[in-house]
Amino acid sequence: MAVLVIAEHDHGSLKGATLNTITAGLACGGDVHVLVAGHNAGAAASAASQVAGVAKVLHADGASLAEGLAENVAAQVLAIASGYSHILFPATAGGKNVAPRVAALLDVAQVTDITKVLSPDTFERPIYAGNAIATVQATDAVKVITVRTTGFDAAAQGGSAPVEAVSAVADSGKSSFVGRETTKSDRPELTAAKIIVSGGRALGSSDKFNEVLTPLADKLGAALGASRAAVDAGYAPNDWQVGQTGKIVAPQLYIAAGISGAIQHLAGMKDSKVIVAINKDPEAPIFSVADYGLEADLFAAVPELVSSL
Amino acid sequence: MKVLVPVKRVVDYNVKVRVKADGTGVDIANVKMSMNPFDEIAVEEAVRLKEKGVVTEIVAVSCGVTQCQETLRTAMAIGADRAILVETDAELQPLAVAKLLKALVEKEQPQLVILGKQAIDDDCNQTGQMLAALTGMPQGTFASKVEAVDGGVAVTREVDGGLETVKLGLPAVITTDLRLNEPRYVTLPNIMKAKKKTLDVVKPADLGVDVTPRIKTLKVTEPAKRSAGIKVPDVATLVGKLKNEAKVI
Repeated sequence: MAVLVIAEHDHGSLKGATLNTITAGLACGGDVHVLVAGHNAGAAASAASQVAGVAKVLHADGASLAEGLAENVAAQVLAIASGYSHILFPATAGGKNVAPRVAALLDVAQVTDITKVLSPDTFERPIYAGNAIATVQATDAVKVITVRTTGFDAAAQGGSAPVEAVSAVADSGKSSFVGRETTKSDRPELTAAKIIVSGGRALGSSDKFNEVLTPLADKLGAALGASRAAVDAGYAPNDWQVGQTGKIVAPQLYIAAGISGAIQHLAGMKDSKVIVAINKDPEAPIFSVADYGLEADLFAAVPELVSSL
Repeated sequence: MKVLVPVKRVVDYNVKVRVKADGTGVDIANVKMSMNPFDEIAVEEAVRLKEKGVVTEIVAVSCGVTQCQETLRTAMAIGADRAILVETDAELQPLAVAKLLKALVEKEQPQLVILGKQAIDDDCNQTGQMLAALTGMPQGTFASKVEAVDGGVAVTREVDGGLETVKLGLPAVITTDLRLNEPRYVTLPNIMKAKKKTLDVVKPADLGVDVTPRIKTLKVTEPAKRSAGIKVPDVATLVGKLKNEAKVI
Protein backbone atom coordinates (compact mmCIF):
# COMPACT_ATOMS: atom_id res chain seq x y z
CA MET A 1 0.00 0.00 0.00
CA ALA A 2 1.36 3.38 -0.95
CA VAL A 3 0.01 6.91 -1.10
CA LEU A 4 0.47 9.25 -4.06
CA VAL A 5 0.37 12.98 -3.35
CA ILE A 6 0.01 15.30 -6.32
CA ALA A 7 2.20 18.34 -5.68
CA GLU A 8 1.01 21.85 -6.29
CA HIS A 9 3.93 23.97 -7.37
CA ASP A 10 4.93 26.94 -9.50
CA HIS A 11 7.74 24.95 -11.12
CA GLY A 12 10.37 26.70 -8.98
CA SER A 13 9.03 25.82 -5.54
CA LEU A 14 6.33 23.81 -3.82
CA LYS A 15 3.12 25.56 -2.80
CA GLY A 16 2.41 25.39 0.92
CA ALA A 17 -0.75 23.36 0.33
CA THR A 18 1.39 20.41 -0.79
CA LEU A 19 2.98 20.16 2.66
CA ASN A 20 -0.40 19.87 4.41
CA THR A 21 -1.46 17.23 1.89
CA ILE A 22 1.70 15.20 2.61
CA THR A 23 0.76 15.20 6.31
CA ALA A 24 -2.68 13.86 5.41
CA GLY A 25 -0.98 11.26 3.19
CA LEU A 26 1.19 10.08 6.08
CA ALA A 27 -1.97 9.72 8.22
CA CYS A 28 -3.39 7.32 5.59
CA GLY A 29 -0.46 4.95 6.20
CA GLY A 30 2.07 3.44 3.82
CA ASP A 31 4.87 5.07 1.84
CA VAL A 32 4.15 8.55 0.57
CA HIS A 33 5.26 9.31 -2.98
CA VAL A 34 4.95 12.80 -4.46
CA LEU A 35 4.25 13.47 -8.12
CA VAL A 36 5.67 16.71 -9.47
CA ALA A 37 4.19 17.17 -12.93
CA GLY A 38 5.32 20.21 -14.87
CA HIS A 39 7.80 21.62 -17.33
CA ASN A 40 11.31 22.51 -16.11
CA ALA A 41 10.12 21.94 -12.56
CA GLY A 42 13.30 20.30 -11.30
CA ALA A 43 13.56 22.83 -8.47
CA ALA A 44 10.08 21.93 -7.24
CA ALA A 45 10.93 18.22 -7.43
CA SER A 46 14.07 18.67 -5.36
CA ALA A 47 12.08 20.76 -2.85
CA ALA A 48 9.63 17.86 -2.57
CA SER A 49 12.46 15.42 -1.94
CA GLN A 50 13.50 17.41 1.14
CA VAL A 51 10.13 17.14 2.86
CA ALA A 52 10.17 14.84 5.88
CA GLY A 53 8.20 11.64 5.40
CA VAL A 54 8.37 11.54 1.60
CA ALA A 55 9.70 8.19 0.39
CA LYS A 56 10.04 8.99 -3.30
CA VAL A 57 9.47 11.86 -5.70
CA LEU A 58 8.24 11.15 -9.21
CA HIS A 59 9.11 13.92 -11.62
CA ALA A 60 7.28 14.13 -14.92
CA ASP A 61 8.71 16.82 -17.16
CA GLY A 62 7.03 17.72 -20.42
CA ALA A 63 5.62 20.67 -22.36
CA SER A 64 2.14 19.14 -22.08
CA LEU A 65 2.30 19.70 -18.31
CA ALA A 66 3.59 23.28 -18.36
CA GLU A 67 0.28 24.98 -17.62
CA GLY A 68 -1.39 22.31 -15.50
CA LEU A 69 -4.25 21.63 -17.93
CA ALA A 70 -6.68 19.20 -16.27
CA GLU A 71 -6.84 16.85 -19.26
CA ASN A 72 -3.06 16.35 -19.35
CA VAL A 73 -2.41 16.29 -15.61
CA ALA A 74 -5.20 13.72 -15.06
CA ALA A 75 -3.71 11.54 -17.80
CA GLN A 76 -0.29 11.86 -16.14
CA VAL A 77 -1.66 10.76 -12.76
CA LEU A 78 -3.46 7.86 -14.39
CA ALA A 79 -0.28 6.76 -16.14
CA ILE A 80 1.40 6.09 -12.79
CA ALA A 81 -1.67 5.36 -10.63
CA SER A 82 -1.43 1.59 -10.49
CA GLY A 83 -0.08 0.31 -7.19
CA TYR A 84 -1.39 3.21 -5.12
CA SER A 85 -4.20 2.77 -2.63
CA HIS A 86 -4.64 6.51 -2.08
CA ILE A 87 -4.26 9.44 -4.48
CA LEU A 88 -4.33 12.78 -2.67
CA PHE A 89 -4.65 16.29 -4.03
CA PRO A 90 -4.68 19.55 -2.08
CA ALA A 91 -8.21 21.02 -2.17
CA THR A 92 -7.03 24.07 -4.12
CA ALA A 93 -8.40 25.32 -7.43
CA GLY A 94 -5.80 23.12 -9.14
CA GLY A 95 -6.49 19.97 -7.10
CA LYS A 96 -10.25 20.29 -7.32
CA ASN A 97 -9.98 20.67 -11.08
CA VAL A 98 -8.05 17.43 -11.62
CA ALA A 99 -8.98 15.01 -8.80
CA PRO A 100 -12.56 14.19 -9.92
CA ARG A 101 -11.31 13.62 -13.45
CA VAL A 102 -8.82 11.04 -12.15
CA ALA A 103 -11.45 9.39 -9.95
CA ALA A 104 -13.97 9.02 -12.76
CA LEU A 105 -11.36 7.53 -15.09
CA LEU A 106 -10.53 4.96 -12.37
CA ASP A 107 -14.28 4.45 -11.86
CA VAL A 108 -14.05 5.28 -8.17
CA ALA A 109 -15.79 7.87 -6.01
CA GLN A 110 -13.85 10.91 -4.83
CA VAL A 111 -13.87 12.33 -1.31
CA THR A 112 -13.75 16.14 -1.26
CA ASP A 113 -12.14 18.40 1.31
CA ILE A 114 -11.26 15.96 4.08
CA THR A 115 -10.39 17.57 7.41
CA LYS A 116 -9.41 14.43 9.31
CA VAL A 117 -8.19 10.88 8.57
CA LEU A 118 -9.83 8.43 10.98
CA SER A 119 -8.54 5.28 9.29
CA PRO A 120 -7.19 4.49 5.81
CA ASP A 121 -10.76 4.38 4.44
CA THR A 122 -12.66 6.65 6.84
CA PHE A 123 -12.53 10.42 6.78
CA GLU A 124 -14.26 13.49 8.14
CA ARG A 125 -15.43 16.23 5.81
CA PRO A 126 -17.65 19.29 6.22
CA ILE A 127 -20.96 19.51 4.33
CA TYR A 128 -23.65 22.20 4.09
CA ALA A 129 -21.11 25.04 4.19
CA GLY A 130 -19.48 23.63 7.30
CA ASN A 131 -22.75 23.43 9.26
CA ALA A 132 -22.40 19.65 9.58
CA ILE A 133 -19.46 17.26 9.67
CA ALA A 134 -19.89 13.93 7.86
CA THR A 135 -17.87 10.84 8.70
CA VAL A 136 -17.58 8.90 5.44
CA GLN A 137 -16.16 5.56 4.44
CA ALA A 138 -14.87 5.10 0.91
CA THR A 139 -15.63 1.57 -0.30
CA ASP A 140 -13.60 1.67 -3.52
CA ALA A 141 -10.20 -0.03 -3.77
CA VAL A 142 -8.49 3.24 -4.64
CA LYS A 143 -9.29 6.34 -2.61
CA VAL A 144 -9.08 9.60 -4.55
CA ILE A 145 -9.19 12.47 -2.10
CA THR A 146 -8.83 16.24 -1.91
CA VAL A 147 -7.40 17.53 1.36
CA ARG A 148 -8.57 20.70 3.09
CA THR A 149 -5.18 22.15 3.85
CA THR A 150 -6.27 24.01 6.99
CA GLY A 151 -7.24 20.66 8.54
CA PHE A 152 -3.64 19.37 8.62
CA ASP A 153 -0.29 20.76 9.78
CA ALA A 154 2.39 21.38 7.18
CA ALA A 155 4.96 18.58 6.87
CA ALA A 156 8.42 19.50 8.15
CA GLN A 157 11.68 19.75 6.21
CA GLY A 158 14.50 17.24 6.64
CA GLY A 159 13.82 14.46 4.15
CA SER A 160 16.09 13.16 1.47
CA ALA A 161 13.92 11.17 -0.91
CA PRO A 162 15.21 9.99 -4.28
CA VAL A 163 13.81 11.77 -7.33
CA GLU A 164 12.81 9.43 -10.14
CA ALA A 165 12.00 10.70 -13.61
CA VAL A 166 8.82 9.39 -15.21
CA SER A 167 7.92 10.02 -18.82
CA ALA A 168 5.44 12.79 -19.45
CA VAL A 169 2.17 12.12 -21.27
CA ALA A 170 1.46 13.53 -24.70
CA ASP A 171 -0.80 16.57 -25.03
CA SER A 172 -4.50 15.65 -25.22
CA GLY A 173 -5.12 18.22 -27.94
CA LYS A 174 -8.53 18.90 -26.39
CA SER A 175 -7.66 22.12 -24.64
CA SER A 176 -4.99 24.77 -24.79
CA PHE A 177 -3.70 27.46 -22.49
CA VAL A 178 -4.39 31.05 -23.57
CA GLY A 179 -3.22 33.31 -20.77
CA ARG A 180 -3.11 34.17 -17.10
CA GLU A 181 -3.78 37.30 -15.08
CA THR A 182 -2.13 37.07 -11.69
CA THR A 183 -3.13 39.36 -8.88
CA LYS A 184 0.07 41.03 -7.71
CA SER A 185 0.60 40.93 -3.99
CA ASP A 186 3.65 41.15 -1.77
CA ARG A 187 1.62 40.09 1.24
CA PRO A 188 1.60 36.59 2.71
CA GLU A 189 -0.56 34.11 0.82
CA LEU A 190 -4.10 34.16 2.21
CA THR A 191 -4.37 30.46 2.99
CA ALA A 192 -0.95 30.36 4.67
CA ALA A 193 -1.08 33.67 6.58
CA LYS A 194 -0.86 33.70 10.37
CA ILE A 195 -2.96 36.85 10.58
CA ILE A 196 -5.73 37.93 8.22
CA VAL A 197 -7.45 41.29 8.10
CA SER A 198 -10.71 40.95 6.25
CA GLY A 199 -13.18 43.58 5.12
CA GLY A 200 -16.82 43.57 4.11
CA ARG A 201 -19.38 45.71 2.38
CA ALA A 202 -19.29 48.31 5.16
CA LEU A 203 -15.99 49.61 3.76
CA GLY A 204 -18.02 51.29 1.03
CA SER A 205 -15.46 51.54 -1.77
CA SER A 206 -12.25 50.10 -3.11
CA ASP A 207 -10.35 53.25 -2.02
CA LYS A 208 -11.70 53.07 1.51
CA PHE A 209 -10.96 49.35 1.65
CA ASN A 210 -7.30 49.99 0.92
CA GLU A 211 -7.06 53.19 2.92
CA VAL A 212 -8.51 51.68 6.10
CA LEU A 213 -7.35 48.07 6.06
CA THR A 214 -3.92 48.23 4.39
CA PRO A 215 -2.21 50.08 7.29
CA LEU A 216 -3.55 47.49 9.75
CA ALA A 217 -2.42 44.59 7.56
CA ASP A 218 1.00 46.22 7.15
CA LYS A 219 1.35 46.72 10.88
CA LEU A 220 0.48 43.08 11.60
CA GLY A 221 2.24 41.54 8.60
CA ALA A 222 -1.16 40.15 7.70
CA ALA A 223 -2.83 39.00 4.50
CA LEU A 224 -5.91 40.87 3.31
CA GLY A 225 -9.19 39.05 2.84
CA ALA A 226 -12.71 40.04 1.92
CA SER A 227 -16.30 38.92 2.15
CA ARG A 228 -18.21 38.02 -0.97
CA ALA A 229 -20.19 41.26 -0.71
CA ALA A 230 -16.97 43.28 -0.81
CA VAL A 231 -15.65 41.29 -3.76
CA ASP A 232 -18.91 41.52 -5.73
CA ALA A 233 -19.01 45.27 -5.14
CA GLY A 234 -15.50 45.48 -6.61
CA TYR A 235 -13.78 46.64 -3.40
CA ALA A 236 -11.32 43.74 -3.48
CA PRO A 237 -10.06 41.22 -6.07
CA ASN A 238 -11.97 37.96 -6.10
CA ASP A 239 -9.10 35.76 -4.99
CA TRP A 240 -9.24 37.56 -1.64
CA GLN A 241 -12.67 36.10 -1.00
CA VAL A 242 -12.95 34.05 2.17
CA GLY A 243 -15.89 31.67 2.39
CA GLN A 244 -17.59 28.55 1.15
CA THR A 245 -16.95 29.44 -2.46
CA GLY A 246 -13.68 31.26 -1.91
CA LYS A 247 -10.68 30.44 0.24
CA ILE A 248 -10.93 28.39 3.43
CA VAL A 249 -8.56 29.87 6.01
CA ALA A 250 -7.58 29.07 9.58
CA PRO A 251 -5.07 31.69 10.75
CA GLN A 252 -3.98 32.44 14.31
CA LEU A 253 -5.88 35.72 14.21
CA TYR A 254 -8.75 36.71 11.92
CA ILE A 255 -9.93 40.30 12.09
CA ALA A 256 -13.33 40.81 10.44
CA ALA A 257 -14.06 44.49 9.88
CA GLY A 258 -17.50 45.43 8.65
CA ILE A 259 -18.45 41.83 7.90
CA SER A 260 -21.91 40.72 9.06
CA GLY A 261 -21.00 37.03 9.10
CA ALA A 262 -23.28 35.17 6.66
CA ILE A 263 -23.00 31.37 7.00
CA GLN A 264 -21.19 31.18 3.66
CA HIS A 265 -18.49 33.50 5.05
CA LEU A 266 -18.28 31.72 8.40
CA ALA A 267 -17.69 28.44 6.53
CA GLY A 268 -14.42 29.88 5.33
CA MET A 269 -12.96 31.21 8.58
CA LYS A 270 -14.58 29.73 11.65
CA ASP A 271 -11.64 27.42 12.34
CA SER A 272 -9.41 30.44 12.97
CA LYS A 273 -7.77 30.34 16.40
CA VAL A 274 -8.87 33.81 17.49
CA ILE A 275 -11.57 35.81 15.75
CA VAL A 276 -12.01 39.54 16.26
CA ALA A 277 -15.12 41.26 14.95
CA ILE A 278 -15.43 45.00 14.49
CA ASN A 279 -18.96 45.93 13.55
CA LYS A 280 -21.37 48.65 14.53
CA ASP A 281 -24.41 46.38 14.31
CA PRO A 282 -24.75 44.64 17.71
CA GLU A 283 -26.97 41.98 16.11
CA ALA A 284 -24.45 40.96 13.40
CA PRO A 285 -24.05 37.15 13.38
CA ILE A 286 -20.24 37.54 13.27
CA PHE A 287 -20.37 38.32 17.01
CA SER A 288 -21.61 34.79 17.70
CA VAL A 289 -18.28 33.29 16.56
CA ALA A 290 -15.98 36.14 17.62
CA ASP A 291 -13.70 35.68 20.61
CA TYR A 292 -13.45 39.45 20.93
CA GLY A 293 -16.18 41.67 19.58
CA LEU A 294 -15.86 45.42 19.32
CA GLU A 295 -19.11 47.21 18.67
CA ALA A 296 -17.85 50.32 16.93
CA ASP A 297 -17.62 52.21 13.66
CA LEU A 298 -14.73 50.57 11.82
CA PHE A 299 -13.67 53.88 10.24
CA ALA A 300 -12.79 55.12 13.73
CA ALA A 301 -11.82 51.83 15.37
CA VAL A 302 -9.41 50.47 12.76
CA PRO A 303 -7.18 53.59 12.58
CA GLU A 304 -7.20 53.69 16.40
CA LEU A 305 -6.17 50.05 16.41
CA VAL A 306 -3.32 50.79 13.99
CA SER A 307 -1.99 53.64 16.11
CA SER A 308 -2.14 51.65 19.33
CA LEU A 309 -0.20 48.69 17.95
CA MET B 1 -25.49 24.36 -30.90
CA LYS B 2 -27.35 22.41 -28.27
CA VAL B 3 -26.60 22.89 -24.56
CA LEU B 4 -27.32 20.51 -21.71
CA VAL B 5 -27.70 22.13 -18.29
CA PRO B 6 -27.84 19.82 -15.26
CA VAL B 7 -29.58 21.38 -12.23
CA LYS B 8 -29.88 20.14 -8.64
CA ARG B 9 -32.63 20.61 -6.08
CA VAL B 10 -31.00 21.52 -2.76
CA VAL B 11 -31.89 23.04 0.60
CA ASP B 12 -32.29 26.78 0.03
CA TYR B 13 -29.04 28.61 0.72
CA ASN B 14 -30.70 30.84 3.33
CA VAL B 15 -31.77 27.89 5.49
CA LYS B 16 -29.62 27.15 8.52
CA VAL B 17 -29.65 23.36 8.48
CA ARG B 18 -29.88 21.25 11.60
CA VAL B 19 -28.17 17.93 12.18
CA LYS B 20 -30.56 15.14 13.17
CA ALA B 21 -30.27 14.02 16.79
CA ASP B 22 -29.56 10.40 15.77
CA GLY B 23 -26.57 11.46 13.66
CA THR B 24 -27.92 9.93 10.44
CA GLY B 25 -27.92 13.14 8.47
CA VAL B 26 -29.26 16.64 8.16
CA ASP B 27 -32.95 17.30 8.78
CA ILE B 28 -34.38 18.38 5.43
CA ALA B 29 -38.03 17.51 6.11
CA ASN B 30 -40.20 20.62 5.68
CA VAL B 31 -37.37 22.98 4.80
CA LYS B 32 -37.46 25.22 1.76
CA MET B 33 -35.79 23.68 -1.31
CA SER B 34 -34.48 25.64 -4.29
CA MET B 35 -32.31 25.32 -7.33
CA ASN B 36 -28.61 25.17 -6.40
CA PRO B 37 -27.35 28.78 -6.84
CA PHE B 38 -24.45 27.76 -9.11
CA ASP B 39 -26.93 25.92 -11.36
CA GLU B 40 -29.05 29.05 -11.72
CA ILE B 41 -25.91 30.74 -13.03
CA ALA B 42 -25.44 27.82 -15.45
CA VAL B 43 -28.99 28.14 -16.81
CA GLU B 44 -28.59 31.91 -17.10
CA GLU B 45 -25.35 31.50 -19.08
CA ALA B 46 -27.01 29.05 -21.46
CA VAL B 47 -29.88 31.47 -21.99
CA ARG B 48 -27.47 34.35 -22.63
CA LEU B 49 -25.60 32.25 -25.20
CA LYS B 50 -28.94 31.54 -26.86
CA GLU B 51 -29.79 35.25 -26.88
CA LYS B 52 -26.44 35.89 -28.59
CA GLY B 53 -27.37 33.38 -31.27
CA VAL B 54 -24.63 30.90 -30.32
CA VAL B 55 -27.02 28.33 -28.88
CA THR B 56 -30.17 26.98 -30.49
CA GLU B 57 -31.62 24.67 -27.84
CA ILE B 58 -31.26 24.37 -24.06
CA VAL B 59 -32.11 21.10 -22.35
CA ALA B 60 -32.30 21.16 -18.54
CA VAL B 61 -31.68 17.90 -16.67
CA SER B 62 -32.15 16.94 -13.05
CA CYS B 63 -31.56 13.64 -11.26
CA GLY B 64 -33.46 12.72 -8.12
CA VAL B 65 -36.90 12.58 -6.56
CA THR B 66 -40.20 13.52 -8.27
CA GLN B 67 -40.10 17.02 -6.72
CA CYS B 68 -37.06 17.86 -8.88
CA GLN B 69 -39.70 18.62 -11.52
CA GLU B 70 -40.21 21.97 -9.74
CA THR B 71 -36.51 22.74 -10.19
CA LEU B 72 -36.77 21.87 -13.89
CA ARG B 73 -39.84 24.11 -14.26
CA THR B 74 -37.77 26.93 -12.76
CA ALA B 75 -35.00 26.26 -15.30
CA MET B 76 -37.59 26.40 -18.09
CA ALA B 77 -39.01 29.65 -16.67
CA ILE B 78 -35.50 31.15 -16.88
CA GLY B 79 -35.34 30.04 -20.52
CA ALA B 80 -34.55 26.34 -20.98
CA ASP B 81 -36.51 24.87 -23.90
CA ARG B 82 -37.28 21.44 -22.45
CA ALA B 83 -36.36 19.24 -19.56
CA ILE B 84 -35.49 15.68 -18.59
CA LEU B 85 -35.90 14.22 -15.12
CA VAL B 86 -33.97 11.09 -14.23
CA GLU B 87 -36.27 9.96 -11.47
CA THR B 88 -35.08 7.89 -8.52
CA ASP B 89 -35.46 7.85 -4.75
CA ALA B 90 -31.98 6.40 -4.35
CA GLU B 91 -29.14 8.44 -2.85
CA LEU B 92 -27.16 9.82 -5.78
CA GLN B 93 -23.46 10.58 -5.48
CA PRO B 94 -21.47 12.62 -8.02
CA LEU B 95 -20.04 9.58 -9.85
CA ALA B 96 -23.54 8.15 -10.37
CA VAL B 97 -24.89 11.51 -11.55
CA ALA B 98 -21.93 11.87 -13.94
CA LYS B 99 -22.75 8.43 -15.40
CA LEU B 100 -26.44 9.32 -15.80
CA LEU B 101 -25.45 12.55 -17.51
CA LYS B 102 -23.02 10.71 -19.75
CA ALA B 103 -25.88 8.49 -20.95
CA LEU B 104 -27.96 11.58 -21.69
CA VAL B 105 -25.03 13.26 -23.45
CA GLU B 106 -24.75 10.24 -25.74
CA LYS B 107 -28.46 10.45 -26.49
CA GLU B 108 -28.80 14.22 -26.87
CA GLN B 109 -25.35 14.97 -28.39
CA PRO B 110 -24.99 18.50 -26.93
CA GLN B 111 -21.97 20.62 -27.89
CA LEU B 112 -21.74 22.13 -24.43
CA VAL B 113 -22.69 20.94 -20.96
CA ILE B 114 -22.84 23.76 -18.38
CA LEU B 115 -22.99 22.79 -14.69
CA GLY B 116 -22.59 24.65 -11.43
CA LYS B 117 -19.16 24.27 -9.88
CA GLN B 118 -20.54 22.68 -6.73
CA ALA B 119 -23.81 21.92 -4.97
CA ILE B 120 -24.24 23.72 -1.66
CA ASP B 121 -25.48 20.61 0.16
CA ASP B 122 -22.71 18.01 -0.31
CA ASP B 123 -20.11 20.69 -1.31
CA CYS B 124 -18.42 18.07 -3.52
CA ASN B 125 -17.29 19.99 -6.60
CA GLN B 126 -16.91 16.83 -8.69
CA THR B 127 -19.76 16.15 -11.12
CA GLY B 128 -18.66 18.39 -14.01
CA GLN B 129 -15.10 17.12 -13.96
CA MET B 130 -16.31 13.50 -13.75
CA LEU B 131 -18.69 13.97 -16.66
CA ALA B 132 -15.87 15.49 -18.73
CA ALA B 133 -13.65 12.52 -17.89
CA LEU B 134 -16.29 9.90 -18.72
CA THR B 135 -17.22 11.50 -22.04
CA GLY B 136 -13.62 12.37 -22.95
CA MET B 137 -14.49 16.04 -23.22
CA PRO B 138 -12.21 18.92 -22.17
CA GLN B 139 -13.30 20.89 -19.10
CA GLY B 140 -13.45 24.55 -18.18
CA THR B 141 -14.09 24.63 -14.45
CA PHE B 142 -14.85 27.65 -12.20
CA ALA B 143 -15.71 29.78 -15.22
CA SER B 144 -16.11 33.53 -14.78
CA LYS B 145 -16.35 34.23 -18.53
CA VAL B 146 -17.38 32.09 -21.49
CA GLU B 147 -16.95 33.15 -25.10
CA ALA B 148 -17.61 31.24 -28.29
CA VAL B 149 -14.48 31.43 -30.41
CA ASP B 150 -13.54 29.90 -33.72
CA GLY B 151 -14.20 26.17 -33.39
CA GLY B 152 -14.48 26.14 -29.60
CA VAL B 153 -15.01 28.11 -26.43
CA ALA B 154 -12.64 30.36 -24.50
CA VAL B 155 -13.22 29.98 -20.77
CA THR B 156 -11.76 32.37 -18.20
CA ARG B 157 -11.36 30.46 -14.95
CA GLU B 158 -11.06 31.64 -11.36
CA VAL B 159 -7.92 30.06 -9.94
CA ASP B 160 -5.89 30.70 -6.77
CA GLY B 161 -3.99 33.91 -7.37
CA GLY B 162 -6.01 35.30 -10.24
CA LEU B 163 -7.60 34.27 -13.52
CA GLU B 164 -6.54 32.01 -16.34
CA THR B 165 -8.00 31.48 -19.77
CA VAL B 166 -8.13 28.17 -21.62
CA LYS B 167 -9.49 27.33 -25.04
CA LEU B 168 -11.53 24.15 -25.31
CA GLY B 169 -12.48 22.20 -28.40
CA LEU B 170 -16.15 21.15 -28.69
CA PRO B 171 -17.96 19.33 -27.24
CA ALA B 172 -16.90 20.59 -23.83
CA VAL B 173 -17.96 20.75 -20.18
CA ILE B 174 -18.06 24.06 -18.31
CA THR B 175 -18.70 24.60 -14.60
CA THR B 176 -19.83 28.01 -13.38
CA ASP B 177 -18.37 30.21 -10.68
CA LEU B 178 -20.32 32.92 -8.88
CA ARG B 179 -19.09 35.82 -10.94
CA LEU B 180 -20.02 34.39 -14.34
CA ASN B 181 -23.32 36.27 -14.36
CA GLU B 182 -26.27 37.42 -12.30
CA PRO B 183 -29.25 35.15 -12.91
CA ARG B 184 -32.46 36.92 -13.92
CA TYR B 185 -35.64 36.79 -11.91
CA VAL B 186 -38.31 34.57 -13.33
CA THR B 187 -41.44 36.43 -14.29
CA LEU B 188 -45.00 35.20 -13.85
CA PRO B 189 -45.73 34.95 -17.61
CA ASN B 190 -42.55 32.86 -18.01
CA ILE B 191 -43.57 30.60 -15.13
CA MET B 192 -46.91 30.06 -16.90
CA LYS B 193 -45.16 29.36 -20.23
CA ALA B 194 -42.77 26.93 -18.54
CA LYS B 195 -45.73 24.78 -17.50
CA LYS B 196 -46.45 24.05 -21.16
CA LYS B 197 -42.89 23.02 -22.05
CA THR B 198 -41.96 19.33 -22.41
CA LEU B 199 -40.66 17.48 -19.36
CA ASP B 200 -39.63 13.86 -20.02
CA VAL B 201 -39.13 11.40 -17.18
CA VAL B 202 -36.71 8.47 -17.38
CA LYS B 203 -35.35 6.01 -14.81
CA PRO B 204 -31.67 5.22 -14.15
CA ALA B 205 -32.35 1.65 -15.32
CA ASP B 206 -33.59 3.01 -18.70
CA LEU B 207 -30.16 4.58 -19.09
CA GLY B 208 -28.39 1.40 -18.00
CA VAL B 209 -26.67 3.07 -15.07
CA ASP B 210 -25.96 1.51 -11.68
CA VAL B 211 -26.32 4.27 -9.10
CA THR B 212 -25.18 2.34 -6.01
CA PRO B 213 -23.36 4.75 -3.64
CA ARG B 214 -19.61 4.16 -3.33
CA ILE B 215 -19.19 6.25 -0.22
CA LYS B 216 -20.95 5.30 3.00
CA THR B 217 -21.94 8.06 5.38
CA LEU B 218 -21.28 6.62 8.83
CA LYS B 219 -22.54 9.60 10.80
CA VAL B 220 -23.22 13.31 10.62
CA THR B 221 -22.47 15.53 13.57
CA GLU B 222 -22.64 19.19 14.55
CA PRO B 223 -19.35 21.02 14.08
CA ALA B 224 -17.51 21.83 17.30
CA LYS B 225 -18.99 24.94 18.85
CA ARG B 226 -16.71 27.88 19.47
CA SER B 227 -16.68 28.89 23.11
CA ALA B 228 -18.57 32.10 23.70
CA GLY B 229 -16.51 35.22 23.21
CA ILE B 230 -16.74 38.55 24.92
CA LYS B 231 -17.46 42.07 23.80
CA VAL B 232 -14.80 44.62 24.55
CA PRO B 233 -15.69 48.25 25.22
CA ASP B 234 -12.85 49.94 23.32
CA VAL B 235 -9.78 49.51 21.14
CA ALA B 236 -7.33 49.71 24.05
CA THR B 237 -8.99 46.77 25.79
CA LEU B 238 -9.02 44.82 22.52
CA VAL B 239 -5.29 45.33 22.00
CA GLY B 240 -4.64 44.38 25.63
CA LYS B 241 -6.64 41.16 25.28
CA LEU B 242 -4.94 40.19 22.01
CA LYS B 243 -1.50 40.80 23.49
CA ASN B 244 -1.88 39.39 26.97
CA GLU B 245 -4.77 36.91 26.88
CA ALA B 246 -4.78 35.44 23.36
CA LYS B 247 -1.09 36.23 22.72
CA VAL B 248 -1.61 36.39 18.97
CA ILE B 249 0.05 39.76 18.30
